Amino acid sequence: MSDAAVTHEGHGHGHVAHQFETVEQQREAGQLGMWLFLMTEILFFGGMFTAYTVYRELHLPAFELASREILEAKYGATNTAVLICSSLTMALAIHSAHTGKKKWQTMMWLVFTMILGLTFLGIKLRFEWYEDYIHHFVPGLGFQYRPEWSSLGSQMGQVQMFMCFYFFMTGLHALHMIVGLGILTVLLIMTARNRFSPDYVAPLEISGLYWHFVDIVWIFLFPLLYLVGGRYPH
Amino acid sequence: MLMTVTQPGLHQLAGVAALFPIQPPEASTIAAGIDQLYYFLTGITLFFTVLIFSIIFYFMIKYRRRSPDEIPPETHAPLALELTWTLIPSAICVVIFFWASYLYVRNARPPAASTEIFVIGKQWMWHIQHPEGPREIDELHVPVDEPIQVTMTSQDVIHGFYIPAFRVKKDVLPGRYTSLWFEATKVGTYHLYCTEYCGTNHSHMIGWVYVMPKADYAAWLAAGEQNQPMSQSGGHLFSILGCASCHAAGPSGDAPSLNGIYGQTEKFADGSTHVVDDTLIRQAIIQPDSVQLPNYKNIMPTFKGQLDEEQMLQLIAYVRSLGTEERKNGQ
Amino acid sequence: MSTASLELPPAIPAESRVTYLNAEYGLKSWLLTKDHKRIGLLYLATITIMFMFGGIAAFLMRVQLLEPQGALVEPETYNKLFTIHGVIMVFFFLVPSIPATLGNFLIPLMIGARDVAFPKLNLLSWYIFVTGCTLALIAIFSGGVDTGWTFYPPYSSNYSHTAVVWMAMGIFIAGFSSILTGLNFVVTIHKMRAPGMTWFRLPLFIWAMYATSIIFILGTPVIAITLFLLALETLLHVGIFDPSLGGDPLLFQHMFWFYSHPAVYIMILPGMGVISELITAFSRKKIFGYSFVAFSSMAIAVISFIVWGHHMFVTGQSIYAGLIFSVLSFLVAIPSAVKVFNWTATLYKGSISYEAPMLYALGFIGLFTMGGLTGLFLASLATDVHLNGTYFVVAHFHYIMVGGAVMAYLGGIHFWWPKITGRMYPDMWARIAAALIFIGFNLTFAPQFVMGYLGMPRRYAVYPAEFQVLNVLSSAGASILAVGYAIPLIYLFWSMRYGPIAPQNPWGAKGLEWEVAATPPPPENFETIPIVTEEAYNYQPLKGAHSV
Repeated sequence: MSDAAVTHEGHGHGHVAHQFETVEQQREAGQLGMWLFLMTEILFFGGMFTAYTVYRELHLPAFELASREILEAKYGATNTAVLICSSLTMALAIHSAHTGKKKWQTMMWLVFTMILGLTFLGIKLRFEWYEDYIHHFVPGLGFQYRPEWSSLGSQMGQVQMFMCFYFFMTGLHALHMIVGLGILTVLLIMTARNRFSPDYVAPLEISGLYWHFVDIVWIFLFPLLYLVGGRYPH
Repeated sequence: MLMTVTQPGLHQLAGVAALFPIQPPEASTIAAGIDQLYYFLTGITLFFTVLIFSIIFYFMIKYRRRSPDEIPPETHAPLALELTWTLIPSAICVVIFFWASYLYVRNARPPAASTEIFVIGKQWMWHIQHPEGPREIDELHVPVDEPIQVTMTSQDVIHGFYIPAFRVKKDVLPGRYTSLWFEATKVGTYHLYCTEYCGTNHSHMIGWVYVMPKADYAAWLAAGEQNQPMSQSGGHLFSILGCASCHAAGPSGDAPSLNGIYGQTEKFADGSTHVVDDTLIRQAIIQPDSVQLPNYKNIMPTFKGQLDEEQMLQLIAYVRSLGTEERKNGQ
Repeated sequence: MSTASLELPPAIPAESRVTYLNAEYGLKSWLLTKDHKRIGLLYLATITIMFMFGGIAAFLMRVQLLEPQGALVEPETYNKLFTIHGVIMVFFFLVPSIPATLGNFLIPLMIGARDVAFPKLNLLSWYIFVTGCTLALIAIFSGGVDTGWTFYPPYSSNYSHTAVVWMAMGIFIAGFSSILTGLNFVVTIHKMRAPGMTWFRLPLFIWAMYATSIIFILGTPVIAITLFLLALETLLHVGIFDPSLGGDPLLFQHMFWFYSHPAVYIMILPGMGVISELITAFSRKKIFGYSFVAFSSMAIAVISFIVWGHHMFVTGQSIYAGLIFSVLSFLVAIPSAVKVFNWTATLYKGSISYEAPMLYALGFIGLFTMGGLTGLFLASLATDVHLNGTYFVVAHFHYIMVGGAVMAYLGGIHFWWPKITGRMYPDMWARIAAALIFIGFNLTFAPQFVMGYLGMPRRYAVYPAEFQVLNVLSSAGASILAVGYAIPLIYLFWSMRYGPIAPQNPWGAKGLEWEVAATPPPPENFETIPIVTEEAYNYQPLKGAHSV
């Protein structure tokens, strides 16, 4: 039962925080931490998805009408493509750092990812949310019922409920995107300062996990919200 | 229990016990059964609590530390012991589960011939409506030895309808009907409480249940204020709100006849089938487009906000009363 | 590795060596610390303050209930008191209590690590918690909340004109503190155990904290979303839970209890972990049935997620749903029973001493047994119909949360106090307080079982006169309990300055935190990371080592 001293590794590439013994331990801890965090996010979004699903089941005609008439699937679809591409560029950024490419390459891919993320937000803000606002589709901000919705009869109120869920779910998603953009900015700066190397890409990998997760949430949101009911009357 | 009236000691004990009751009166058919289970559970609880405390106490004394650096011998944990004290509690739990579930399932279904009474909970009082007409607030008169089904809804927030002496309770929800049933076995007066927190005067939302001999109850019903039976009030509403102009217009009308419809299973325009019960009728009145029938246009207006829950129940009582007529042809 | 811990080395005054307490001085060194031990103390201070608010509310409630028509306040105020008591005690005291204080302090020490995996995140967790507490206090002092800690709509969203949104947001934010703490603990336990510290050599406190952290991670996000939806409904009235607008109030209840049932296991599992440590230390024996106790913690964590419907048996849900939730609720009781038997058997042929921590532990076992068994009355469908919403339920959960969790918390605080502060507290006062707490607690809550079966509903500001005797007994007990809680507050504070210097291992307990880390530990916990070669609670090698 003798004591043995455990030496530190990791000089040269990547700083090992004081609580860790090795770079490997630090990297694994970071990865596990991010996966656990993403699990909490699944439960977080999951609570909302559950409530949304219950009400879609109960008020399908109103939800169909709202999705068909108010939301525009073309913007949702474009944004889906944008995000999928951004996941690709993110993966390429990590690959670039991992394989020891010049830092400007990694930075380029990171910048592309950010541009795509900003594009997503731009489309959402300008062509969807702003348009919804000026057409009085935002609950709590002058929401107005349209006379042509009266075919829903007493279910008309559920159009507003749908929009509530729409803004809440996409808003929460957008918030995660904005945080993601902040993280990408930090990564950009770190890359510029030569912090990464083939042996040390942990922050990029972990952020990549987060970014892919935000992408996957959107891939669920898009059909759930934009593709309720058919495009043609049945 | 052997107890003779001539034994003054036990008599006094019984008198003392009456001052410190530990259970409400057993005033319904199910109360004794619930109490038996309760006392069994109490026995189990006391047994294991006393057992554990006693063993701990005994070990505390027998194995107290005798010197500052005493290290006791090792003991081993045989798997058999672990399994035993896993399986015995499991077995006890199985027994309790089946006993309790049996009682619960048996008590859940009201007998077929129950009299129905309607309750509307609203902040902070109980409105009770007998189908024959009399209405009460915070008081419920019922006949003894007759099964009573109570159908309830709330005008506003969630309430809870609770009669401890009958061992019955059910939440009372806005927008839907819940029900419970009981058969009172003892004439007397019993507490009625609201048991789901509902706001400022939740603790004032209490009342009394009066269980009366059948003859007295009949007399009470007859002597009540000259209220119309619920179905009659409902019929009145049916005509002044304009329901009759479509629904009673005969085979050529824009709306289905409601004769005999209560309790039937209907097929709806979206392909689903439902039994026509209280909840469906209420839904049809408030959200008519959600109960569209095939072959009829979706033109019924909604009456949301135009009826309070009492009037709603009266209309439902009216529709029920149409159930005794034959269904007209062609519907 | 381990020094024969029965030999009490001469106490080195803490002032003459570097400990985590004296390594740096000043407010900034505390408010910007990344040391898990200091963060544990920051939490200790915060939750003690919140406990006092919750306790004052309870005291006022019990005074009110001395008289059937109310002895103190109007129903409007009483409704706010029981809401504040519930919200604070659940969300701002019990949920963080053992995990954030003892968990933060001890986990790295017990597993042989220098800190948790993410120290900065740990500090952030505390700031998030303080923010949540602040919002809750704003809610309280801007008029209070009167919905009950369960916030059922439509009352809470449409009818209550109190600070519901502030309070909901306070809980929402405090929830993130829990999530991050749980995440930190899971990663720490997975990745930072010392060499040789295999899973089955871990102290049972670690197993309990691991199970608790799983619940933190998976359950808390759901309450966050639920309260957020409630806040949205309260502000915008769009019909998420309002039936008159197409919503379903029972959906709220399902979502609320999906978290809040596992939450009660968040509140008890860490306490069970503490008890495992106390029983072994004060009988100087290995725990009886280590793997059974360890696995039972995991079983409780998993099953806890599938029993929530037992809070809704009388809402009109289907009979079949009732049957399923009932059988699962019985299932979740079994692992707890297994623990109680194993703890009791650990005492067999032990060498038992009765310092205050052990008194708390033994009290826990008895009171938790009673509380747990009364849960069976509520898992049973037939009796639950009668008992739901009455004082029986109140008594049941207080037996577990106060007779159980709070006593475990106090036992743990006393046990590790020397390690945390380097000081001893006066044991005689500690034992007196433990006895007062035990007596006061039982007098407060045992009458409530009887009240409940007799039919007295909960959340009543006034009640029928026939319940007065039982209520007076209960309030009398509460005053004794209050004295019992006040006494440790005084002597523990006193001991921080005037208590005798603690020896390295005053209890002669096994465990890396006692045997290897100094008392109190230096900032980096260990000079060198130990290598573990033995299982937990292995007192045998100490036999005959030294006699004093």
